[in-house]
Amino acid sequence: MQGLAHQLIAGIATGGIYASVALALVMIYQSTHHLNFAQGEMATFSTYIALTLIQAGLPYWVAFLATLVISFGIGVFIERIMLRPMQNASVLANVGVFIGLLLVFRNAMGWIFDYTIKAFPTPFDTGTPLFGGLVSGHELGSTAVTLVVLGLVYVFFRFTKLGLGMRAAAFNASSSRLVGIRVGWMLALGWGLAAAIGAIAGIMIAPVVFLEPNMMLGILLYAFAGALLGGIDNPGGAVLGGFLVGIIENLGGAYLVGTELKLTLALGIIICVLLVRPTGLFGRVVQSRV
Amino acid sequence: MMQRRTLLAASAAMLAAPRIGAAVTVGVTATELKIGNFMPYSGPASAYGVIGRGDAAYFKMINDQGGVGGRQINFITYDDGYSPPRAVEQTRRLVEQDRVALLFHTLGTPSNSAIVRYVNQRRVPHLFLATGADKWGNYQDTPWTIGWQPSYRTEAQIYAKWMLEQKPNAKVALLYQNDDFGKDYVTGVKDVLGARFDQMVTTASYEVTDPTIDSQVVSLRGTGADVLVTAATPKFAAQTIRKVHDIGWQPMHFLSNVSISIAAVMRPAGPERGVGIITSAYQKDITDPVWNDDRHMQAWREFMRKYLPEADMSDSGYATAYNVSFTLMQVLRQCEGDFSRENIMRQVANIHDLEVPLLLPGIKVSTSPTNFHPIRQMQLQKWSGAHWERFGDVIQGADV
Repeated sequence: MQGLAHQLIAGIATGGIYASVALALVMIYQSTHHLNFAQGEMATFSTYIALTLIQAGLPYWVAFLATLVISFGIGVFIERIMLRPMQNASVLANVGVFIGLLLVFRNAMGWIFDYTIKAFPTPFDTGTPLFGGLVSGHELGSTAVTLVVLGLVYVFFRFTKLGLGMRAAAFNASSSRLVGIRVGWMLALGWGLAAAIGAIAGIMIAPVVFLEPNMMLGILLYAFAGALLGGIDNPGGAVLGGFLVGIIENLGGAYLVGTELKLTLALGIIICVLLVRPTGLFGRVVQSRV
Repeated sequence: MMQRRTLLAASAAMLAAPRIGAAVTVGVTATELKIGNFMPYSGPASAYGVIGRGDAAYFKMINDQGGVGGRQINFITYDDGYSPPRAVEQTRRLVEQDRVALLFHTLGTPSNSAIVRYVNQRRVPHLFLATGADKWGNYQDTPWTIGWQPSYRTEAQIYAKWMLEQKPNAKVALLYQNDDFGKDYVTGVKDVLGARFDQMVTTASYEVTDPTIDSQVVSLRGTGADVLVTAATPKFAAQTIRKVHDIGWQPMHFLSNVSISIAAVMRPAGPERGVGIITSAYQKDITDPVWNDDRHMQAWREFMRKYLPEADMSDSGYATAYNVSFTLMQVLRQCEGDFSRENIMRQVANIHDLEVPLLLPGIKVSTSPTNFHPIRQMQLQKWSGAHWERFGDVIQGADV
């Protein structure tokens, strides 16, 4: 029974990681109606920027904010340079661009920062292990950060005109244009925000899994599962989904399917969700929430 | 007339050669011996590229000293980017276009796995691979392929042997990467424990796509094990060291020696968290001042200064290159000028207690027609919090 509790707590801790990335995925989906496959690599790249700034001597939170600003800029830049010309292209062509971006970012990181793992500092106290070492101060702190970001995203989309404009631009571009929304810039803004949220996720995850160019490779798959499980158009649902996937994965891996099939479990979740509620890449959004 | 007859005889011999199994000599002229190699000079494993540079420098030194068997060595090395399809491409280029005499020190288990069938079908010597997989010692199925370093399986045997001496009734937890690399450790522990394996050992595997191994570590600890064997690559090794420490578990911890880099594992994990971890070594640590007066180490440093003046003297890849190239030179000297592929393989399987300059004292290279595991001995070492300290005698792998 103690073992079960331990797996549960460890699952929640891992779920926090998935939740933060799932949130970034939802962000980009909300504002562009695409799933950016390079999201993970962009986030990792931002994390390297943060590490470089910290190593250059900047205080942690200054480096944190600077990284968000830089990442936002990179996101907007990519949208303007690479996706703007693709705006009338098919979804598959866009997917091609996303995969291209993924490769460019991954290899560039290897080239610039090399492939050995790097420890990443945390601003939260990690001196005293909590729950017998199952959860670190950092994991609690990063979960809090994820929830704060979630709150901000909710408020932004729900209560600000800009957020509403972004949702409208993604949902129905021509109608939005008719009511005076600058759709092109809304998309660019969405990319910038998604890149910034991805940067937060990367910075929060790196102290747990160590920073290396492929850091997000596995995480992104679980985060997709989490985002789909909770609702790809619903930030709160995606965060909850991320935690659920972490718990299901840990308990399933320990007691049901064995550690070999943990990833299969996550992919199974994706398939089940898509079968029951097909709001995948090419489907229309169905308004139902978990 | 004489010439024409010789020519006829030679052509006849060449035509008949494949059928009667006579010696085939490729890649050797009166003045040159071609050796082929690929390395990850780019891509995720590009840090290993130094090994190829070290090999090339070593052969340059040999050439400056007059070559081998009256021939200069032409070392051709290509980039495979640690990608198996490219390894196949480069191997075909080496074998079919460059027509090398042999392949040497090709790096990486996936890349070598991709070419092993091809080179054995073409009967090309495939020597001293830079990978620790145990399957390169399979002289029956792949008689043209041989590894060099102690295999992961041998390493696991050595841990299990020593562990049994210390704790005959140990309860063992074994965490392994679910691929050829990790499974070699399971096999090695099984070799030693035999029928007792099921009762003594609990295993847990992870996939390289797993973000963390927390769940596995928590499960293994729950079994009440007092010994942990971690067969993990650097990222997961660092995670394991940290998690084991953070949950207050204090097992006798054996760690695969692919993950003992101070910069890439111990420091990221937190040096204080790993105190007491046991691993193994077979080469002299080039950064350890204890070898300052060792004449082989001095010779190596001299070699580095002369042939690789820009290189990082603390990168152990250069020591590996020096040792493996030294072993190949022994084989080529034993060939006594007959560089047919058959004779090369005969000499490869005919190394007796060869002392290699930068191997630890007492560890020797030996092969025979039924032993394609050149190095089967290692010495244990323990993490002090700042460096690895060797202890105890050289231990030999189990006989299986």
